[in-house]
Amino acid sequence: MADCGEPDGPGNKDDITRSKNEGKELTKEEKQRLRKQKKHQKKQKERKNEKGPSETEKDKTPVSLLPPPQPVATQKAPSALPAPASAPIPVPASAPFHSSPAPSPADKPAKSKAELKAERRARQETDRAAKQPGSSSSGIKTKVPLSELNPVVKRLPEHVQVDDPAVVKRLAKKLERQQTLPYGASNKIPLRSDYGYKVSLFSHLHQYSRKAPLTQLLSIPSTVIHPSIVRLGLQYSQGIVAGSNARSVALLHAFKQVIRDYTTPPNEELSRDLVNKLKPYISFLNQCRPLSASMGNAIKYIKKEISNIPSQCKEEEAKTKLLTCIDRYIEEKIVLAAKAISKYAIEKISDGDVILVYGYSSLVNNILCEAFEKSRKFRVIVVDSRPRLEGREALRRLVQRGISCTYVLISALSYILPEVSKVFLGAHALLANGYVMSRVGTSQIALVARTYNVPVLVCCETYKFCERVQTDSFVSNELDDPDDLMVTRKGKTQLENWQDVSSLGLLNLVYDVTPPDFVDLVITDLGMIPCTSVPVVLRVKNLDQ
Amino acid sequence: MELQAVLMAAGGGSRMMDLTYNTPKPLLPVGNKPLIWYPLNLLERVGFEEVIVITTKEVQKMISTDPKVKLDVKMKLDLVCIQEDADMGTADALRHIQQKVKTDVLVVSCDLITDAALHEVVDLFRAHNATLSMLMSKAHEFTETVPGQKGKKKTGEQRDFVGVDGTGKRLLFMANEADLDEGVVIRKSIMRKHPRMHIKTGLVDAHLYCLKKSVVDFLADNKSISSIRGELVPYLVRKQFSKSTNSPKVIDETHQNLKKNDSNISSRDEELLHLTQERSCWNDHRGDMSDAYHGGRLRCYVHIMDEGICYRVNTLAAYIEANRLAPKLFDEPAVHPSAVVSERCLIGADSIIGASCQISDKTSIKRSTIGVSTTVREKVKVTNSIIMHGVTIEEGCNIQGSVICSNAVIGRGADIKYCLVGSAQRIEPDGEHTTASPHLMSKACSA
Repeated sequence: MADCGEPDGPGNKDDITRSKNEGKELTKEEKQRLRKQKKHQKKQKERKNEKGPSETEKDKTPVSLLPPPQPVATQKAPSALPAPASAPIPVPASAPFHSSPAPSPADKPAKSKAELKAERRARQETDRAAKQPGSSSSGIKTKVPLSELNPVVKRLPEHVQVDDPAVVKRLAKKLERQQTLPYGASNKIPLRSDYGYKVSLFSHLHQYSRKAPLTQLLSIPSTVIHPSIVRLGLQYSQGIVAGSNARSVALLHAFKQVIRDYTTPPNEELSRDLVNKLKPYISFLNQCRPLSASMGNAIKYIKKEISNIPSQCKEEEAKTKLLTCIDRYIEEKIVLAAKAISKYAIEKISDGDVILVYGYSSLVNNILCEAFEKSRKFRVIVVDSRPRLEGREALRRLVQRGISCTYVLISALSYILPEVSKVFLGAHALLANGYVMSRVGTSQIALVARTYNVPVLVCCETYKFCERVQTDSFVSNELDDPDDLMVTRKGKTQLENWQDVSSLGLLNLVYDVTPPDFVDLVITDLGMIPCTSVPVVLRVKNLDQ
Repeated sequence: MELQAVLMAAGGGSRMMDLTYNTPKPLLPVGNKPLIWYPLNLLERVGFEEVIVITTKEVQKMISTDPKVKLDVKMKLDLVCIQEDADMGTADALRHIQQKVKTDVLVVSCDLITDAALHEVVDLFRAHNATLSMLMSKAHEFTETVPGQKGKKKTGEQRDFVGVDGTGKRLLFMANEADLDEGVVIRKSIMRKHPRMHIKTGLVDAHLYCLKKSVVDFLADNKSISSIRGELVPYLVRKQFSKSTNSPKVIDETHQNLKKNDSNISSRDEELLHLTQERSCWNDHRGDMSDAYHGGRLRCYVHIMDEGICYRVNTLAAYIEANRLAPKLFDEPAVHPSAVVSERCLIGADSIIGASCQISDKTSIKRSTIGVSTTVREKVKVTNSIIMHGVTIEEGCNIQGSVICSNAVIGRGADIKYCLVGSAQRIEPDGEHTTASPHLMSKACSA
C-alpha cells in the first residue's frame, strides 16, 4: 500500500517534510515576531508615557500603507511569504508585517535565512539519500544564491525599467486607473513620452524634454489635478525649484494646499480617501521630474500621518492636525536640522581654512554663512560643472555675505586641491550601504580629495537617509534634458542637429554615488558619524517611528 | 478651481463700421461661423467648462437663437449684459463682474482667431506665479486687397513698443506710440536690473490675458482704469520696477485684506514659499548680486508666438484674411451637406459653402466663402469674395474681391470688383462697380 501510494516516493516525502518544516518554521517565526512586536510596543508605550498620552493613539493603530516601491528586494520576499500563512492569524497581528518597511530589518533577512536554511537542510537530506553516501556536504556551508530558493520574484521599481515595453504599458495602465474623478477619459494622468536617443547604458531610465511639458496634455483649468500640484510639477520640470530641500519644502507646501481644499466625499473616511487622492498627484509629480529620496520620505511620513487619523475625528480637526504635522515636520527635519548641522560643522572649521564646495548645496551654504557670522576666518573655493552651472548661484550667495571666494570649473580640480584644507559636500541622499548620492561630479571630487589626503565631510539631514542600496551610478539615476548640453557661442550652436547624427548620443546625468571609503565624516543632525553608520541611524529612526 | 474664463464680447467694432453697423461684431460670420465661436472653441478645446461672456442685450438675444453657438459649444455660457451706450471699457467690464470672479481669470476677446497653444501662456502664469501673462504674435502682412480702399497704405496704426528680456518671456516695457511724446523713455531702474532688453514693434497683441484675482480686486478699488490693454497692462508692467514700496503692496494688500480670516495660514504659507525660494538654486538672471526676480513681487510675462495663426478681427483687412484662413482651423467639410449644389459648377478647394445654399449650374466659385441660405443663380463667377447669409445673386454676375453683406440682392449681370456691399442693399442689374464707386455702401454708412 505504501509503495503504490507514492509514485515518486522520496519526492513526495520531501515535499511533506519541507512543508512541515516550513510550517513549523513559519509558526515559530510568527511567534517570535509577535513576541518582538509586543516587546516593542511595550517599550514605545513606556517611552511615550514620558512624552505624553497623545501619541499612544499612533501605536494602537499601526496600520500604515505599503510604502512606494523601493528597490529593496528582500522586502517583497518576506511580505509575500507570510501571506499564505496569515489567514489563520488575526488581522492586527499581520498588519505590522506589512507596515513600516523596516521595523526590524535585521529580522526579515534573518527570517528568510532561517527559511532558506530549513529548505536547504531538507534538500541536503534528499540529496544525500538519493546520491551515494559521502557526497559533498559542502552545500550546507556554501550560500545558495537567493534567486534559486526564493520562491518570490524580485521586482525592480518601474522607473528603472523604461526599456521594457511591458513595464511601460503597465505604467500607462496604472496612470489610467488613477483617475481622480469618476467621469470622463480626460481625467486620467497623462503619460509623458521620452525624448531623443538614449545612451544604451541608461536606456532603462526616462529622459524627458523640457520643451514638452506635461501640462500640454492636461486641460487648462486643471480639474484632474489640484492647481498647486500642477504649478509644483511645472516648477520642478523647469528647474525653478531645484535642490532636494527646496523640493521637499515645496512639496509639503503644495500638500498643505491640497489638504486645505479637500472635502471628504460622503460615505468615505478621510484617512483612506485622502491617501487615494494623493496617489495620482504623486504620479503626476513623478512624471514631471523623478521624485527625490527626501521627497519620498516626506510622502511616506504624510501618508502615515493621514492613515493614523482616527475615524471618529471631525474633518476640520483632522485637517488642522495634518497641517500642524506638516509644519512640524518641516520645522524639525529641515530648519532645526540645518541649525544643528551648522553647530557641529562649525566646530570643524578653523581659522585659516580653505574650504572647497561643489555646486550648490543649501545646507553647505548655510553652514558657511553661519561660520562666517561666528567670525571664523576662512576662504571658499567653489567648484562648478556644466551644464547646470549651479556653482554660480552658490558663489553669488557667498560673496553677497562677504566671504572671499574662488571659482573654478571641475576640470581644474587637481590644480586647486593642493591649496585646499577641507572639502564640504552636500548630499541628495545617503544610501543604506553608506554610499552618498549627490550631484554628478561629487564622486570625482571625493576621489581626487582622497588622493591629496584632504578630508571630505558630507553634510546631510537624517530625513534624506534612504533604505536603497546602490554601488554604481547606472542602476538608478536621473537623465536630464539632453538639449541642455547644447551651447550657443557667437550665434552658432554646434550640436544643434545632434539627433540627426546616428552615432552621437548626448547624456546628461544628474546624480552619482560616492563610496564610503572616500568620505571621512558625515555630519547629520544626530551628530557626526562615519559613513558606515548610516544603516544604524536608519534602524534607530525606524524604531523611533 | 484654477482659472475662470471671461470673454469680452461687448465691443462695437469701431474700426469696421461698414460691416458692423447692422450685425454686431461678435456675430459676424467668418467661415460661416459667428466670430464669437472661435474663442469659445479655443476655450472648449483647452478644457474649460464654463465661460463668463460679457456682451450686450442685442448680442445675447441673437446668441441664444443662433444654432451654431447653441449646438456646437458644449460649455456653460454665463451671459452678462451691459448697457450698450455705457461706453464701458474692458477693465470696466471686469469691475462689473467682480463678484463672480472667484479665482484667477483668463480674459479673451471675442475677435481672436488663433490656434495658439494656450498652455504656454498659462504655464508662464503658473510657474513664475506671475501677476499677468499675455499672448502676442508676430504680425503678418495682409496680402489681400481690401475692398473700398484705393490701395493706399494704412495711415498709422499706432505702433506698440514691447520690451522683453533676454529669454523673451519676461515683459519689461510696453508703450504705445500714441502715449509717447517724443521718444521711447526707459527708466534706469529697468536698465539696472535688465541690462539687455529686446524691443519689438512688429507684434500683434492677441488680447488674451491671465490675470491674478488680486488684479481684479485692485480694479474694483481704482475706478480710473477703464481699458485692460490701454491702461491696465502698461500700469502693471511699469509697477514691476517701481521703487516706491507702496505700489507692489497696492495689489498685494487687497489680496491680503480679503484673507483676513486666514491671515495666519497665508503668512505661514508665505514663509514656506520664502523658504523654498531661499533653498532653491534657481535664479532667473545672472551677473548681479540680487535674488531671483530681483526680489520683486509683481511679474509680467508674455508668450510670443512665432508660427501659427493669430488674428484679431477688428479691421476689414483682418476680417478678409481671417475668412481665408478660417477653414484651416476646423475639420468640417468645405461644402455643407445641406447645400444644394448642382453638378455643373466649379467649386474651388478652398471655398466654403454654407448650409441650405443653392448653387446653380455653370457657376464658378473660387477662394470664397458663401454664407448660409444664399442663392447663387447660373453663370455666376465669384472669386476671392465673402458672401454672407441670405444673399441672392442673380444670373451672370461677376464678383471679384468683394464683401457682400447679409440679405443683399445682386441684380443680373452685375460686375462687382473690390467693393463692399452693405446689408440688404440692391445692386441694379448690369451695373459695373469697382472700388471707385463707393455709393454701394449702405445709406447709413455713407455719411
